[in-house]
Amino acid sequence: MNTFSRWVGDRLILVLGLLVLLYMFVPIFVVILMSFNAPGSRNSYTFNGFTLDNWLNLCEPYQLCSSLRTSIEIGLLATLVATLLGTLMAFAMVRHRFRGRSSANLFVFLPMATPEIVMGSSLLALFVNAGFAGALGFWTIFVAHVLFCLSFVVVTVKARLSGLDPRLEQAAADLYANEWQTFWRVSFPLVFPGILAAALLSFSLSFDDFIITNLNAGQEVTFPMFVWGANQRGIPPQINVVGTVMFTVALLVVLLGEMGSRRRAAR
Amino acid sequence: MSAAGHISSLGPAEAELDGPPDPEGQKRGWSGYLLLLPGALWLLLFFVVPTVTLVATSLYDPSGSLQLGYQMTGHWQNYVDALRDYGPQFVRSLIYALIATIACIVLGFPLAYAIAFKAGRWKNLMLVAVIAPFFTSFLVRTLSWQYILGDNEALVSVLRALHVLGPEGYLLATPFAVVTGLTYNFLPFMVLPLYASLEKIDPRLIEAGTDLYASPFTTFRTVTLPLAMPGLVAGTLLTFIPAAGDYINSELLGNPRTRMIGNEIQDLFGAGDYPTAAALSVTLMAAIVVLVFVYVRRAGTEELV
Amino acid sequence: MGTDLQLTSVTKRFGTFTAVDDLDLTIPEGSFFALLGPSGCGKTTTLRMVAGLEEPTTGTIMLGEQDITRLKPYRRPVNTVFQSYALFPHLTIADNVAFGLKRQRRKDVASTVQEMLALVELEHLAKRRPAQLSGGQQQRVALARALINQPQVLLLDEPLGALDLKLRRQMQLELKSIQTEVGLTFVHVTHDQEEAMTMADTVAVMNEGRIEQLGSPEELYEAPATTFVANFLGQSNLVSGSVATTRGDALELDVQGARILAHAAHARVTSGEVWAGVRPEKVYLSGAGDDDGADVNTLGDGVVSDVSFVGVSTQYLVRMPWGQELTVFEQNTGARERFRPGDKVDLHWRPEHTFLLDASQDASAGAEVEDA
Ligand SMILES: Nc1ncnc2c1ncn2[C@@H]1O[C@H](COP(=O)(O)OP(=O)(O)O)[C@@H](O)[C@H]1O
Ligand SMILES: [Mg+2]
Repeated sequence: MNTFSRWVGDRLILVLGLLVLLYMFVPIFVVILMSFNAPGSRNSYTFNGFTLDNWLNLCEPYQLCSSLRTSIEIGLLATLVATLLGTLMAFAMVRHRFRGRSSANLFVFLPMATPEIVMGSSLLALFVNAGFAGALGFWTIFVAHVLFCLSFVVVTVKARLSGLDPRLEQAAADLYANEWQTFWRVSFPLVFPGILAAALLSFSLSFDDFIITNLNAGQEVTFPMFVWGANQRGIPPQINVVGTVMFTVALLVVLLGEMGSRRRAAR
Repeated sequence: MSAAGHISSLGPAEAELDGPPDPEGQKRGWSGYLLLLPGALWLLLFFVVPTVTLVATSLYDPSGSLQLGYQMTGHWQNYVDALRDYGPQFVRSLIYALIATIACIVLGFPLAYAIAFKAGRWKNLMLVAVIAPFFTSFLVRTLSWQYILGDNEALVSVLRALHVLGPEGYLLATPFAVVTGLTYNFLPFMVLPLYASLEKIDPRLIEAGTDLYASPFTTFRTVTLPLAMPGLVAGTLLTFIPAAGDYINSELLGNPRTRMIGNEIQDLFGAGDYPTAAALSVTLMAAIVVLVFVYVRRAGTEELV
Repeated sequence: MGTDLQLTSVTKRFGTFTAVDDLDLTIPEGSFFALLGPSGCGKTTTLRMVAGLEEPTTGTIMLGEQDITRLKPYRRPVNTVFQSYALFPHLTIADNVAFGLKRQRRKDVASTVQEMLALVELEHLAKRRPAQLSGGQQQRVALARALINQPQVLLLDEPLGALDLKLRRQMQLELKSIQTEVGLTFVHVTHDQEEAMTMADTVAVMNEGRIEQLGSPEELYEAPATTFVANFLGQSNLVSGSVATTRGDALELDVQGARILAHAAHARVTSGEVWAGVRPEKVYLSGAGDDDGADVNTLGDGVVSDVSFVGVSTQYLVRMPWGQELTVFEQNTGARERFRPGDKVDLHWRPEHTFLLDASQDASAGAEVEDA
């Protein structure tokens, strides 16, 4: 009886976990399905029949593709800058001793503990007070996105770096590698998975953000803003194509990285 | 480990706050400041300065406008007015966020536990699966819930047939839908830190607990839960805070009586009433800081439940 | 002098804690030098200062004529075999070994690496990664990676600590023969006294940041300078006594009423109160009252309290009239009488095996910290 109940207990938690995972995927399945939906008369969220039209005419809805482009541009740029600055900060915080380390930790954590609406309002207050009310747009969005990605990068890279034995870097120095060579030949390759994860996370956070962006965008329209606007006018099924593509690409990147690290581990 | 595994490092943020890592291998001198400088400047310029500006803005004379400019008059009345006008939205935000956070714990714990201890070789794949929904746009996902919960869709029909809902019952445009959306959208932020803490627990410890106490529930309460605490605290913060400030779920899945504080702040900014909007923002932040402080102290010193 | 390594009043403090305390040390070129001490005594810190990974708080470190105290690690002709190897996990074995040569832009890297891997018998694993190697193999890679640079000084920080006993014995011999072959200065850190004694020409015994004694293994063993060395290197019986008369090199002591002889060569103090020491294997037993000649030291009226048979020898604990228990190792030659618990015995040893230590030192210093 005891072993039986344990058997059930073991499976139960796994089954529960898989059910939760399924719950997380239900909306994704809907998005994928709807990307192949032939638009009905009134509501695009009623399945009328299979079609590839949405995929072929992705850019048909006004502003969809331009907003997509804006989002990707901002996403890439913000990811680049946030990953760079955040990685440097993580190195400073793990590998260097200086006064005020613990306040630096708190300082980095605070933006993550700030609701988006508050962070967005603060930035808007700053921009308006500094006389940039008319200049809101691409660059103000970029500034905001770097800001909220930065903390996530620091935390992610720091976690990887703290797991890295400092003696590896010391061994490199002992073997005639100067600071620069030590960084590029030892630290960087070993921390790289963490940096890659941070970059992926940054891009998805940036691409996804609506609340902060909406406050600081001026006339600029990002993809989430397009979706928001479309919700009030009637949602074009093409947004589901974008959702599906994003999902697939991200999954591929992650799985390729996974396979790469497995292959490397096996060699 | 792979990139996928590393996103789960969201968790330890909390734990690292209290203890400095092993001092060996740390360099002294100016290079540390130099590396820190660009990022710190960014945070200073675009996080600290704006926060100060926001507080200042909340004290402007509300009779000004964006075009004419505002007078700094130390107008505390803004706070009184804001709380009088928007008290219900405020309370509602905190309650919705609280319910969503509890739902995230209830859903997230089994999942994180299953990944940490039961997934075996599928561990990494399951982690990827937790992160994957991140990459479908937040808004697109939420719109998808609009469809799933829709009046003429399968879910509602089934619930009506089962008499869970009355014949005229519906889900969309209810507080239930809003909380469902919040729960759904912030669930990964609960699962990942929880997983990161659980993963560090030696499974033998849980076995030993089962030996000593026999009852799985006692083992859970006395062994697993305390060890999972850092992840639970981090997960709670990462879920509760964004949920309390969110307005997308309320807007897309709710009705005018489910409006949250985020909706009001956004609309006030849209309407150009900066002082009131700023006062609401500051109040929200203050409320969160107080709640978080109380929660972290409580969770840190004694068992949560 | 060539390129001797010389540390002059080197002190290292971490905050208020002094890890290395005013250390003076000269390590001759080409020697196999062991730094021996219990864990936490400052051995690693000393090595790290020589390697340049830690900066001394005060003092200087010279390599030949060159002051290297504040030189960056990558500018010193010194290489290290780290305590847990610190192999680069992302590089192959060959790339690990080639790392130092490539940074120095040496020529013929590939063939040199081949030779080096041959020396440590790992050619067949050149394409593997560290995680796929056993502990012993990783240890050789770490050695090869450092040796290939032909440093003027090779630092080894407990290089055999992670290996099991059998492998450790084997590697001790291999390391020793490699050192003889390449003729470089080896500074070998260990907390294992047996390892230090088998391998090194010169051993420095370190305790709480200071050098207690420096010398050849025999010197340290036969004439320990402090109670710490007497207990840390092997075992010792220390009995309190006082010097009665001095005749040239010969000292006569009063030890618990018995007359004990000692030689001045093995005496750190030559008057007053002393610890009279003798190694357990230097002592032999006889039945109480049996005369054993006049020129040996004798402590009488002991009672055997414990006997343990350990194959090559039998170890006795003998309780003396003044309450102290002394240890005696007798070789199992079969020629000597065996005693049982409760037997009354006398202890004897030759005068030159007595050593005298400062009575103000703690008789049990260094005794408990010894481990395998
Ligand atoms: N970076 C450091 N900060 C503070 N204390 C240290 C540091 N490195 C070593 N110590 C202390 O110095 C003492 C000597 O350490 P170590 O040289 O590693 O000893 P050993 O190698 O002999 O075991 C220990 O008590 C250790 O705790
Ligand atoms: Mg050590």
